Amino acid sequence: MPVLGVVFIVLIVAWLAINLWKTPVDFFNVFLIGLTIGCVYALIALGYTLVYGILQLINFAHGDVFALSGLFATTIITSLLGLTTATTAIGIVGGLALTFLVAMVFGAGINAGIEFVAYRRLRNAPRLSVLITAVGMSFILQNVSLAFYGPNYISVDRLIPDTHIFTIKGVHYEWDSLFVILITIPVLILLSWLVKSTRQGKAMRATSQDPQAAAIMGINVNRTITFTFALAGALAGVGATLYLVEFNIRYDTGFTLGLIAFTAAVLGGIGNLPGAVLGAILIGLIQAFNEGLSWQAPGGDWTRSIVFAILILILVFRPEGLLGERTPEGA
Amino acid sequence: MGIAARFNETRDSISSMWGRVPERGRRYIPVLVALAIVIPYPWYWTSLPQNHVWEFWLQFSSPHDAVTILTFVIMAVGLNIVVGYAGLLDLGYVAFYALGAYTAAWLASGQFQQVKWHLGAVGIGPDVRGIHISIWLALLAAAIVTAVGGIFIGLPTLRLRGDYLAIVTLGFGEIIPQFVRNADDLHGFDLTHGTFGISPIDSPGFGNTLHDKLGLPASYQQAYNADKLFFWTAVFLLLLTVFCSVRLRDSRLGRAWIAIREDETAAAAMGIPLMRTKTWAYAMGAFFGGLAGAYLASFNSGAFPSQFDFNISVFLLCMVVLGGMGSIWGVIVAGTLLAWLNVAGLANIGTWLNENVFPSSHQIDVPKYEFGIYGVIIVLMMLFRPTGLIPERRRKREIEEGGHDEALYEMRGADEPGAGERA
Repeated sequence: MPVLGVVFIVLIVAWLAINLWKTPVDFFNVFLIGLTIGCVYALIALGYTLVYGILQLINFAHGDVFALSGLFATTIITSLLGLTTATTAIGIVGGLALTFLVAMVFGAGINAGIEFVAYRRLRNAPRLSVLITAVGMSFILQNVSLAFYGPNYISVDRLIPDTHIFTIKGVHYEWDSLFVILITIPVLILLSWLVKSTRQGKAMRATSQDPQAAAIMGINVNRTITFTFALAGALAGVGATLYLVEFNIRYDTGFTLGLIAFTAAVLGGIGNLPGAVLGAILIGLIQAFNEGLSWQAPGGDWTRSIVFAILILILVFRPEGLLGERTPEGA
Repeated sequence: MGIAARFNETRDSISSMWGRVPERGRRYIPVLVALAIVIPYPWYWTSLPQNHVWEFWLQFSSPHDAVTILTFVIMAVGLNIVVGYAGLLDLGYVAFYALGAYTAAWLASGQFQQVKWHLGAVGIGPDVRGIHISIWLALLAAAIVTAVGGIFIGLPTLRLRGDYLAIVTLGFGEIIPQFVRNADDLHGFDLTHGTFGISPIDSPGFGNTLHDKLGLPASYQQAYNADKLFFWTAVFLLLLTVFCSVRLRDSRLGRAWIAIREDETAAAAMGIPLMRTKTWAYAMGAFFGGLAGAYLASFNSGAFPSQFDFNISVFLLCMVVLGGMGSIWGVIVAGTLLAWLNVAGLANIGTWLNENVFPSSHQIDVPKYEFGIYGVIIVLMMLFRPTGLIPERRRKREIEEGGHDEALYEMRGADEPGAGERA
């Protein structure tokens, strides 16, 4: 099996190399797009990984929390603040900052809310029951989005222009891509500080290692879990607002995006925070290469199949992911 | 004599009558009663009360709609083998439905114009191109192909536990519909006709020879009572599925599934081969999914990629959860109810509510929220009645006594007084 894996990876690298040789400009442009999408995926994937780390639960509804926060952000941007491309630069920056804040609070509230309403009551139930409940929750949230925002795609004005910052021999970098990265990196640093260096972060790590022992040590486990869900929801809120800057959003956007992000979390090693970011960027690149390259690329119709094939291959051959530790879940 | 006393007396006399029925017969009486109600349904459904007061409830489906309902119930009973018996959460059951439908479509339609293979197909001229195999054989072939597909999906993935397995099955449930949607140009070869789907598909039937000798219908689609024929065939297929499902449950294999569901480690220690047993659960569950998919394709005379949505997997899961995981009767009842809601019920209820309850300024399109309603059902059932509407006895004990797989964790004792030990 390792031989097959090596052959597979060699083939992919060869495919990338040939594309690079044939159309170098496209290759680098696509690479930058992939990096940007990867950042958004990273923010969602971190939500899956955080919750999985602490409860060993795949929070199936996470993608829908993302979509609902995104839709809510469209309301703030268009109806409440009325931001358009005509707004002054300071107005846009301030408005977006406010939108980020509100979307974070909103996502955190929804995610902690589902935990409180549904998952908390099932702490002693079989894992399957909790997962089934999560699937049900996902459908409920999706229909809440549908009820409030209807079945059509909703877009906001291009607040961050997609004009080029610089162009080197046809490879260009756009302001909105930079914006995504400029938001994502501080969020990741903040998150890493929160988990590593604060009391609350220590409580989270302790609870994920052994909830009973953590409880004996005086950690309020329920509060820690609520905090984790809120944190995951807040990340989804940031991700959703970033997503809006580049794409349109709809009530069921969260389903596909959630599954892609979940794949990213598994690819990096679920429960592992840097792993989720790494996995997300890889998945973003894979998606961009698949859709953007011209030589022998399967194309956008196959993106979902490719992502799921990766998920299945990873789970079957390396369930601990790229950076994770081996768990009993695997073999 | 008071009403209560009379009631008690009646109940006693019924239970004493029941006691005199031989042990073996008891199992069949409910089945016979159910069949006696269901089989004549196409004759009496028009005379059922459909007056205005009851319109919202008693819009009984026509036999035509009932075929779809029954087919979904077959799938639910099949899914029950995987989820209910073996305790493996399958979120991609729609893949089996799709595989069954497309296998039937490949074997009994004009999709492959390159060839001309005929084998017992009815209502097809001798010069028509394409593969035309008798739909009965196609049903069987579709079921077997799907079962093999189930084994292929199962072998690599069944080593994974619980939630990972669910996600992987979900992955397959997404890949297969996307494959059939995109596989209209595999290096120039049109396998599935893309988004247009494969249509028409041949009709079931017994051919002219049997028609002339025994009076069996030559071809369902061309018969004057097509809906009735499809209905009775669906009832027969459901009966077959239920029979196999019950026999499987009581077999050595079925007991192994239940042992794995209750405690995988203990089952393995008792010498049950985990992989093989689980793979069989997948294969059997897939078998009936494929059968139902193929039959539905033949009934609709087409297989279209838009039918195979993730929603269908959750819809079927909802039937199993609502009825009670592992409980065949429960799954049939819940499946019939939910499939009826899907086919006609929600639309009827929505119309009724809009006419009588909601003000004209706030009309609600109820069927639009169908899957949200299923989500609510799933969550409520899991929170308040995890054993389902009609619990299976063994499953109920299992959940109440706590002999299940590892809980998320035990948090009693931390903030609840007096609940330290595991029940």
